[in-house]
Amino acid sequence: MTRVPGTGAGAGVIPCGACGLLSRPAGPEGPWSCPRCGEAIAFRRRDPVQRTWALIAAAAVCYLPANLLPVMTTRTLASVEPNTILGGVIHLYGTGSWVLALIVLVASVMIPLGKLAALAYLLVTVQLRSNRRRRERAVLYRMLKAVGRWSMLDVFVATFVVALVQLRPFMSVVPGSGVLFFTAVVLLTIFAAESFDPRLIWDSGGEPGGER
Amino acid sequence: MEHLPADIVACLDCDLLQRLPALPPGGTARCARCGMTLASAKPGSLERTMALSAAAMVAFLFANAEPLMGVSAAGRTSSTTILGGVQAMWLQGERVAAVLVALFVVVAPALDILFMLAILLASRRPPAPRWVGALLRWSEHSGAWSMVGVMLLGILVSLVKIASLASVRPGIGIFAVGALVFLLAGMSASFDPREIWSRVRWADGKRPETGR
Repeated sequence: MTRVPGTGAGAGVIPCGACGLLSRPAGPEGPWSCPRCGEAIAFRRRDPVQRTWALIAAAAVCYLPANLLPVMTTRTLASVEPNTILGGVIHLYGTGSWVLALIVLVASVMIPLGKLAALAYLLVTVQLRSNRRRRERAVLYRMLKAVGRWSMLDVFVATFVVALVQLRPFMSVVPGSGVLFFTAVVLLTIFAAESFDPRLIWDSGGEPGGER
Repeated sequence: MEHLPADIVACLDCDLLQRLPALPPGGTARCARCGMTLASAKPGSLERTMALSAAAMVAFLFANAEPLMGVSAAGRTSSTTILGGVQAMWLQGERVAAVLVALFVVVAPALDILFMLAILLASRRPPAPRWVGALLRWSEHSGAWSMVGVMLLGILVSLVKIASLASVRPGIGIFAVGALVFLLAGMSASFDPREIWSRVRWADGKRPETGR
């Protein structure tokens, strides 16, 4: 880690992630904790680049079955119809609610993919020690942390459709294993965003507060 | 351990050291380098948050006790609550998803509200006991996993999906969930954690509350 002057790490002080208190670590060796609230504190998160890459890779692996396996299967007297996430989007579009179809498409397909791509971009630029477009990258990181939870949408949809459509023997809906993989993708991308350290974007040097 | 000037902070997102200016009521300070919100002055924060969290508690109880919606088709009817959805997922074999849904939409918001009420009540007369700091630390985490807003959208999408198969009636629960979404958002928007941190006894036990 480079110690950029004008930063907490450069001055040997650590801000607490929970209460914000700035303190000097109590001894030469960690782990340290915040004197006010007791939260574990460190100059940077542990192995942020490796951990985030590992979690992104795991999420990408789960992304395929999440989209290929059915999230719900509709059984009627005459038929058994499995529905994937994209199938559900097409169905919503077909029944006339294109706004909801778009919302589900954005939440279930575009947000997870966008999160994976954005995190990969942040990691690559950090590893290349790029000092270009730092402020934009900082904003990108805050955005991807904020939107992550919305990709749980389809899991909630499946939960309530399954609970309500139990009109056996005429019609019933059972959840499919896509739900499990989909939940895994959401959790893994949330953990990936948490394991990345946005301070790395600024660690490659240059004047703090100066060029962006 | 040497003392740091109380108005110097380090940005949690980019680690830049900077002086926090005195904020006018309603004012917000952003990081000079990456633009992250450093602090906002929220007048009457504790009273407003108390009122909103008490109201959120009531909305939460109704949201969980009352049915969200009912369905009728072919002379059969069914209705579900939030926990009914969780139970259906569990019984249909998607146990991991069921547990996570329960965590995100029942346990996390419940803890969020309860922690907030306990924090506000216990810090009415400073100094606040040390456990208030621990609760405040945990409430940051429980708030991050609370997904009531996503669930509301999920309920609406499932309502539209089912409406193409059967006739659907929205229940009281769905309106309570709607109110809960707004109250939780107001609760976190009106809360200024710095007010509490300045009243809490320090975790290292050395300092009682400092000034203010």
